[in-house]
Amino acid sequence: MIEIENVHKSFGALEVLKGINLTVDKGEVVSVIGGSGSGKSTLLTCINGLEPINSGRILVDGIEVHAKTTDLNKLRRKIGIVFQQFNAFPHLTVLENVTLAPRKVKGLSRQEAEEIAVKHLTHVGLAEKLNVYPGRLSGGQQQRMAIARALAMSPDYMLFDEVTSALDPQLVGEVLDTLKMLADEGMTMICVTHEMSFARDVSNRVAFFHKGVMAEIGPPEQIFGNAQHEETRKFLSSVR
Amino acid sequence: MFEYTFQWRQAFRALPQMLDGALVTMQIAVLSMVIGVTIAVLLAVARNAHSPWLRWPATAWVEVARNTPALFQIYMAHFGLGSFGIYLSPYVALLAGITFNNAGYLCETFRGALRAIPATQVRAGRSLGMGQVMAFRLIVVPQMFRIAFLPTTNQMVWAILMTSLGVTVGMSTDLTGVTQDLNARTFRTFELFALAGALYYCIAKAVMFAARLAAWRLFRY
Amino acid sequence: MFDTALSFNDLLFLLKGAGVTLSVTAFAVVGGTALGLLFGVLRSHVSPWVMLPLTFVLDVFRSVPLLIQLILANAFQAIAGLQFSPFVTSCIVLALYTSAYCTEIVRGAIEAVPPVTRRAARSLGLTWGQDMTQIVFPMALRVGLPSWIGLTLGVMKDSALVLWLGIIELLRASQILVTRLQEPMFILLIAGAIYFALSFPIARLGGRLEKRWQEND
Repeated sequence: MIEIENVHKSFGALEVLKGINLTVDKGEVVSVIGGSGSGKSTLLTCINGLEPINSGRILVDGIEVHAKTTDLNKLRRKIGIVFQQFNAFPHLTVLENVTLAPRKVKGLSRQEAEEIAVKHLTHVGLAEKLNVYPGRLSGGQQQRMAIARALAMSPDYMLFDEVTSALDPQLVGEVLDTLKMLADEGMTMICVTHEMSFARDVSNRVAFFHKGVMAEIGPPEQIFGNAQHEETRKFLSSVR
Repeated sequence: MFEYTFQWRQAFRALPQMLDGALVTMQIAVLSMVIGVTIAVLLAVARNAHSPWLRWPATAWVEVARNTPALFQIYMAHFGLGSFGIYLSPYVALLAGITFNNAGYLCETFRGALRAIPATQVRAGRSLGMGQVMAFRLIVVPQMFRIAFLPTTNQMVWAILMTSLGVTVGMSTDLTGVTQDLNARTFRTFELFALAGALYYCIAKAVMFAARLAAWRLFRY
Repeated sequence: MFDTALSFNDLLFLLKGAGVTLSVTAFAVVGGTALGLLFGVLRSHVSPWVMLPLTFVLDVFRSVPLLIQLILANAFQAIAGLQFSPFVTSCIVLALYTSAYCTEIVRGAIEAVPPVTRRAARSLGLTWGQDMTQIVFPMALRVGLPSWIGLTLGVMKDSALVLWLGIIELLRASQILVTRLQEPMFILLIAGAIYFALSFPIARLGGRLEKRWQEND
């Protein structure tokens, strides 16, 4: 379970998160939508401790992420994150990209790590690209590799930060299909996304962020069919 | 004009001696690079340090190395240190001067390479549970190595060319020194130095070729 | 107190040496840049096979120690009976040496101008000459100028080597004083400080120029 309690976060004088409260249960898929600069991506990087927060707290399975005593490196094994920029490690092959962390962080043997990596890479449809360098892959393939790389750490939670935003339109589908597949398998996911149809079809709940505040949250039917908040309706009509 | 008869045979007879000199040249260049790279890494770390006591000397080293002639740096090692009663042999002075120069330039090469790697790469590593040091070692360093590889090879070629300056402080065992020695005895300046120049050219090309080959083998991505 | 035998006249002697360093550098850079521009434009327009001999010769200038080039040129002019003074010989060698590096800078800068931009210019009806002077040159200047500044400073530092031909430039002047006054560290430090004062501000300027132009892109 991920519990976000009254989280405030500023970059200098700019307050990007103004008291966020959100609880995500095991097996739940929550989509976060909203305009750019609404703070939704920042929230994800706060959840796995890549960004410090100013006040409030975030608990992952009861462990406070920003507590001084928390071993972040250990906690991050539970939380996979995939970014907008694919962040492939260019000097490693696809297989090496995926086996690196399991071997070096978890201490698995090469053989064990490769078994897991091949499983996940096959899962995301990259079984034929094991020994290729990321530079030779399309954006969609690189992004699927990044997903497999995060999955190879067998995380309990997956965070997706606008994973299709940097992709050519014709490549968006293959990545969304991968996310859908994960959701169907019961992975707990928080997806910051601009893909409204994905948010509607795949998530259990949709959260709308506006100017650092979670203006509205509810099941997709509510958000897309009967939004309570004025700003939500405005935003949705602008993206349609 | 051209009442001069070229005596190439005489120069070619000196080839074995000159090749011995070329070995000394390579030895100095390689040593100056190995020590230079080591110091450059330390300088790069020091230049990014918080303490001004580390930052200042490193910055001074880099700026002096880059803004004064290499020959001046060799003179400092050979003549300058004499003021403190330290007398370096031509070999050591030459090695010290070139190493000083290499370290200054390579420090900036490494710093540039470090800056060229996006911060998101470290972020991606950290998000997979790697510590700061592990992410640096496994993700940044290998990429840095590639970016810095060709500039470092160029510096190696520079180091080879710089060894020729040793003759000005009395060095007589490297390629230029040997050639100058032969020249003083035979006065076949043009033939001897043309041959020496050809040898330098071949050495420089061989180093570049070897580096390209190594890069091709090492960096498949 | 620090005690030195260095007199005001000695200091003037050093400054005169610095003047020689600067004039050799100026001749070399002016000549080398003119040649470099010519070769660079040729290299980016004429088929590489035709340019092969020139490319090879320029590569030789960059792969053979400058000191050897100076010695060879001096020996050659003696053999050929040209009766060039060491100063003239030095300027010619340094200019050719400069042109070899300048050619690469010019070629790189021209090739950095995207072909699309040039096609756009030509499609607006600009002639080749107009395209070169109005579009390519201003854009290439931004890419090439910082490297060219670096090259100029490099030539100034490398010009110390002309002392081998007996020219009393800055470093040789300091060496003469060292022999006479036996204060090597102090005198060399002055010479070094003069080099540094000539080089460092311009290097800084070049670095800042490069940064500013990169940010604007």
